[in-house]
Amino acid sequence: MNVVEMKGITKRFPGIVANDNIHLTVKEGEIHALLGENGAGKSTLMNILFGLYQPDEGEIRIKGEKVHVTGPSMAGKLGIGMVHQHFMLVDPFTVTENIILGSEPTIQGRIDREKAEREVQEISDRYGLRVDPRARIRDISVGMQQRVEILKTLYRGADILIFDEPTAVLSPQEIDELIEIMGNLVREGKTIIFITHKLKEIMRVCDSVTIIRRGKTIDTLQVKETDENRLASMMVGREVSFDVEKEQREPGETVLSIRDLRVADSRGADAVKGLDLEVRAGEIVGIAGVDGNGQTELLEAITGLRKTKSGRVRLNGKDITNLKPRSVTRSGVGHIPEDRHRRGLVLDFSIGENMVLQTYNLPPFAKGFRLQYSEIQEHAEKLVKEYDVRTPDIHTPARALSGGNQQKAVIAREVERDPDLLIAAQPTRGLDVGAIEFIHRRLIEQRDKGKAVLLMSLELDEVLKLSDRIAVIYEGKIAGWVDPSTAAEEEVGLLMAGGKSGAEVKS
Amino acid sequence: MQVQQRQMRQSPLLTSIVSVILGMLVGAVMMLVAGYNPIQAYIALFTSAFLMPYDIGETIRTITPLILTGLSVGLAFRTGLFNIGVEGQFIIGQLMSVIVALKLDLPPVVHVIVAVIAGAVGGALWAFLPGFLKATRGVHEVITTIMLNFIALYLANTLVRNWLSAGSDSTEKIPESASLRWDVLSSLFGNARIHLGLFLALAAAFVMYYLLWRTTWGFELRSVGFNPQASEYAGMSVKKNLVMSMMISGCFAGLGGATELLGTAEYLSIHGSHTGIGFDGIAVALLGANSPVGILLAASLFGILTYGGSVMQFEASVPYEVIRIVFAAIIFFVAANIVRWAGTKFRKKAVTKDA
Ligand SMILES: Nc1ncnc2c1ncn2[C@@H]1O[C@H](COP(=O)(O)OP(=O)(O)OP(=O)(O)O)[C@@H](O)[C@H]1O
Ligand SMILES: [Mg+2]
Repeated sequence: MNVVEMKGITKRFPGIVANDNIHLTVKEGEIHALLGENGAGKSTLMNILFGLYQPDEGEIRIKGEKVHVTGPSMAGKLGIGMVHQHFMLVDPFTVTENIILGSEPTIQGRIDREKAEREVQEISDRYGLRVDPRARIRDISVGMQQRVEILKTLYRGADILIFDEPTAVLSPQEIDELIEIMGNLVREGKTIIFITHKLKEIMRVCDSVTIIRRGKTIDTLQVKETDENRLASMMVGREVSFDVEKEQREPGETVLSIRDLRVADSRGADAVKGLDLEVRAGEIVGIAGVDGNGQTELLEAITGLRKTKSGRVRLNGKDITNLKPRSVTRSGVGHIPEDRHRRGLVLDFSIGENMVLQTYNLPPFAKGFRLQYSEIQEHAEKLVKEYDVRTPDIHTPARALSGGNQQKAVIAREVERDPDLLIAAQPTRGLDVGAIEFIHRRLIEQRDKGKAVLLMSLELDEVLKLSDRIAVIYEGKIAGWVDPSTAAEEEVGLLMAGGKSGAEVKS
Repeated sequence: MQVQQRQMRQSPLLTSIVSVILGMLVGAVMMLVAGYNPIQAYIALFTSAFLMPYDIGETIRTITPLILTGLSVGLAFRTGLFNIGVEGQFIIGQLMSVIVALKLDLPPVVHVIVAVIAGAVGGALWAFLPGFLKATRGVHEVITTIMLNFIALYLANTLVRNWLSAGSDSTEKIPESASLRWDVLSSLFGNARIHLGLFLALAAAFVMYYLLWRTTWGFELRSVGFNPQASEYAGMSVKKNLVMSMMISGCFAGLGGATELLGTAEYLSIHGSHTGIGFDGIAVALLGANSPVGILLAASLFGILTYGGSVMQFEASVPYEVIRIVFAAIIFFVAANIVRWAGTKFRKKAVTKDA
């Protein structure tokens, strides 16, 4: 039976048709992938199904009934639940409190906390979510928070679940767990619509896949009858190569040198514990590691966003330890931050303004204290074109861009400044395969131009593919160096888990 | 250029207009219930604000401080701060300018300039403290500015009684050399209390626009207001900008106090409670959508309502309180974003109908 049928859905935003006569049919009990480039209109389509947006044209049938989803509460009644990419949880509240928020079970007007906790525990056990009903949101990991969001939809009786890029924020381990949970959900009769850019995940868990390109439906396929290459080319509209071509190169002078660095995390505990690292001109050094082993603190310390406790950071021989972020930037460091919403963009600023976030007060964007809007615009137009940032125009606030296009905007800005050291933290998170290919080529271009690139990614694939050398970080220290051309994934995996490596490659 | 033009275009002009109409309707209903004729009352209100040159002058005089306090609140809003302390900064502005006016003996033009500057600086310094506390200790500005409003009020009262006058309830009238009134202007408007503060207010509106959207400082102020973490990443000093925007906001409020004192009242008296001009600034900023032009328009409307309303009570014998209800209703409708709400309701209906 078809549980969801969306027919001829069209949605227009100022200057853009986000959904153009889209068809989507989802069968009961399947995991249905929604695949499409950044800005193809996936989130928009799902927001329509969930009642957050109203379509300009088209009809929706849920379990055969024609419906008008007027809002999320209506969607709830129809059994539709959605896990957004950006969570909507109240930090200081417990898991249970967040879940029952808005539909609290009461005895004589008082919240029946015990009953709620029991119910939450029950659902958690049934689907293998492993959530502690009493934990506070601020104390639990991102992956756990996501499971709380899933639990919330289940608690409200959803049997059609929409996951909008759930894996983009997860570490590989957490992704495995999520995939297992998705299996449990389907086994219990739920239907899942799953948005992801990772073709591997589609091949692994999905039954069918609908491909969208520039707001139009391209096709719906059975996953069994297709393969990654075919999906990629259908989605992008051309052949995509998954391999990066990279010539062997002799690295030059040391650009970044870190000695015995110690950095505390936000709670004051040591996160980086005496770390040494060196990146030379013309090489990409990858940092591999399980999330939470000090990567974030390390990068923040280099870029001046976090004070170091001890140790030295040098750039081109100059001491930049504990300099202010602006001085670090001006001495030649570019930084694609891990969290683009929090750090990388001012969402209420236009794309044009975001493109000069660090350079607004330098010529040619400013003459003295006066902003030169014509220069700022020209600059933005150029970057938007060059980096294929899909936006109606450069005056659009960054908030209105699709997730992937926001990321492209940040990358464009940082690479364009042509820094001696480019720090790229999870640069391709949330990007489609076409865009990933493009970004990878850009990073390698920087290296070939003789710049130093420090790449941090939780995706081992990416690190192995791009890096000239890999530093595996474990508990705030470099546990070992690996040569990606010879190393096996297992070897890196072992180091990441804290095991000792047999074949340590010292540079 | 287009960047800000676009921002202006997107300004919720419709919301404001609809809210004003609805607010006045609410006022009309109140009048009907209380047994007054609303049509007669509104006609009296709007005509009396413009009846004679004198009335026009007085209306403009009422509008002037509202522009400045509105800009003060609006600028703070634009940079992510809620400055409820406009009232206190306004009082300090009055106090500083009256001190300069009475205690310093300066030649004519110089005297008034120094007095105005003193008021503006006073307001800025009074706003420095909450800004500083927020930047360094994370104390929320709403709390500190409310407290400082009371401190400002009682400080002014104490100084008026014990230092600026011989134990009386108000100071002497300020000397002519420190007055913002200008004979030519007053005589044009039938000797109304209109004064040069109007031009300072208009200049301040331009300064707000120019500063926020045309300068690198404004870029920082807005950026920090929207997203402190991204601003820090981009190399801006969040703390410095926070204190700066509080001080500029306070400077506008202080200027409002100074011009009101040097132009309208010409003396400072003891107040039992706050003047309300600072709080009206919040309403003006809200209705004006925090944009300089919007604030000018909103201040004009509120000024007309205030002045016209006070005349209306004689003409149509409708109590002045009704006008305050209209104010409150307008603000209610703006804050509730009535237009957007109606828009979605209407759209839903349309969708269901064509099914
Ligand atoms: N609220 C909005 N206002 C204006 N334009 C919007 C809005 N939301 C989305 N868009 C535009 O609609 C298009 C589709 O965006 P959508 O978020 O659906 O893309 P997506 O397929 O989810 O992409 P991604 O994979 O990057 O998340 C984009 O061009 C985006 O800029
Ligand atoms: Mg999306």
